[in-house]
Amino acid sequence: MELNILTLCYLVGSITFILGLKMLSNPVTARKGNLIAAAGMTIAIFGTIFLYSDDEGPLQNYAWIFGGLIIGGIVGTMAARKVKMTAMPEMVSMFNGMGGACAALISIVEFNHLMKLHEGGIGGEISGGFLLIILLGLIIGSVSFAGSMIAWGKLNGSVKDFSFKGQHIFNMALLITMLVLAVYMVINAGTDNSIIFYIIFILSLSYGLFFVFPIGGADMPVVISLLNSFTGVAAACGGFLYNNPVMLTGGILVGAAGTLLTILMCRAMNRSLTNVLIGSFGGTSAKSGTGPAKDQGLFREISLTDAAVIMSYANKVIIVPGYGLAVAQAQHACHELEKLLEEKGVDVMYAIHPVAGRMPGHMNVLLAEADVPYEKLKEMETANEEFSTTDVVLVLGANDVVNPAAKKDADSPIYGMPILDVDLAKNCIVNKRSMKPGYAGIENDLFFQPKTSMLFGDAKKVLQDLIIEIKNL
Amino acid sequence: MQNLFDWITGNQQLIYIVILMIFVGIEVIGRVPSVLHTPLMSGANAIHGVVVIGAIIVMGKAETDNYLALILGFLAVILGTLNVVGGFVVTDRMLEMFKSKKGKQKSQ
Repeated sequence: MELNILTLCYLVGSITFILGLKMLSNPVTARKGNLIAAAGMTIAIFGTIFLYSDDEGPLQNYAWIFGGLIIGGIVGTMAARKVKMTAMPEMVSMFNGMGGACAALISIVEFNHLMKLHEGGIGGEISGGFLLIILLGLIIGSVSFAGSMIAWGKLNGSVKDFSFKGQHIFNMALLITMLVLAVYMVINAGTDNSIIFYIIFILSLSYGLFFVFPIGGADMPVVISLLNSFTGVAAACGGFLYNNPVMLTGGILVGAAGTLLTILMCRAMNRSLTNVLIGSFGGTSAKSGTGPAKDQGLFREISLTDAAVIMSYANKVIIVPGYGLAVAQAQHACHELEKLLEEKGVDVMYAIHPVAGRMPGHMNVLLAEADVPYEKLKEMETANEEFSTTDVVLVLGANDVVNPAAKKDADSPIYGMPILDVDLAKNCIVNKRSMKPGYAGIENDLFFQPKTSMLFGDAKKVLQDLIIEIKNL
Repeated sequence: MQNLFDWITGNQQLIYIVILMIFVGIEVIGRVPSVLHTPLMSGANAIHGVVVIGAIIVMGKAETDNYLALILGFLAVILGTLNVVGGFVVTDRMLEMFKSKKGKQKSQ
């Protein structure tokens, strides 16, 4: 009877995961979908704690289990509640790493358990299939853990890009060694290969590190999404180990959806996944971009008053937000400027590039926090049709997504990425902190065009000053 | 080879689940707008936290004198719970931002 209820719990869990993901992909139902999946997860977890039993009897060590749940629950809630909007991508990466580590630890414990049974002669032959699943969980979990930690470090700036000559070959060799050792262990499942097991563990951790090290910070969202689907597969390995359908559905679902999401994100940048993973974007290739920049000539600065004047007397203003806006936490000031201009009869909208910021959707989340109406946010295709009839474009801390090199310069590392055609507008005001190139490390011709003028300073400060200037007009 | 066939036969139900779930996973998020990429990734991140169930089973089956298993299992439960709870809370916070009409209580 108890087992039947547990089966039901797992069924409910699996259904909520599918429903939850489905609802998460629609803006109207997204929040509810998240809550439904969370409810299903709770049912599955508590069902397991109280109802699970196998041939060795029901679960023990309740004190430890609840201790772990409480500590993890409290720390997780605190971390997730305290984190700033701008740091959420890092947080996702961090949590993803925790999941990967969890899967790897499960594999280690199960392996020891298996070895003990084998030594005691109770378990009989070790099944190759079972060992294979343990190894897969170990490898994928460890790669995901190590990779996510590096991605986390890169996003918060504590880890710099790092690559050396022949790194791709080195990584390949690492991967092949790992797989050969794993296959060897599976074929020789009958013997004690504990040492090889831990060698594989260490190799997978280092592979995770070296895999993410050379990839530029701008590509981290794609990497995190990929590692996310890895962890899904690692969780599914647990499903095979314990014959547990909810782990399997949850894991594979995320594995598949995560892979598709990764591809969709790449497509939004008009690049292929291999290009992201092997291209070392912003690393070596940046040199070709900085070369011609020297003879690009002068850029023009604009005063706050001038900027205030041309914006107040414009018919249509489009704001292009970027990571600089997020860093400066200037979304509220930005909304205030928008309201002020609207009062003056100016048509204001926002052009959102799909990969503006550090994560797709980053800008939408940020502007929604400041209560900017959803209808004012225009996606790239719509915005590009608007630019030619726009008087002023205000670029706030965005760089690569408005770089015309993506269209004109075939040597540029971002060549082919769709951009916002801000150069079609009559005027373009670019707010940046300095002339430093953007995240991809490429110079931007836009800044040197005659229609463009620069407004240096922290986005929040500049916007606040701009608001005062406009009020004083 | 026989081994492999036996394994497939023994686990055929699970293998069917895997195949079906791959298609469900792809189908279900096929038409997501780019606005929702990040929350969706974060939500999926929370869902793979289901791995914590494995950690709970490991923990619950460990002999009370097997300290290595107990400690590793305990760590696994903590990390898995972090993944689940943190994941869902972060996703909820992201999505909270999309609600503009009713949820205006604390706009600074």
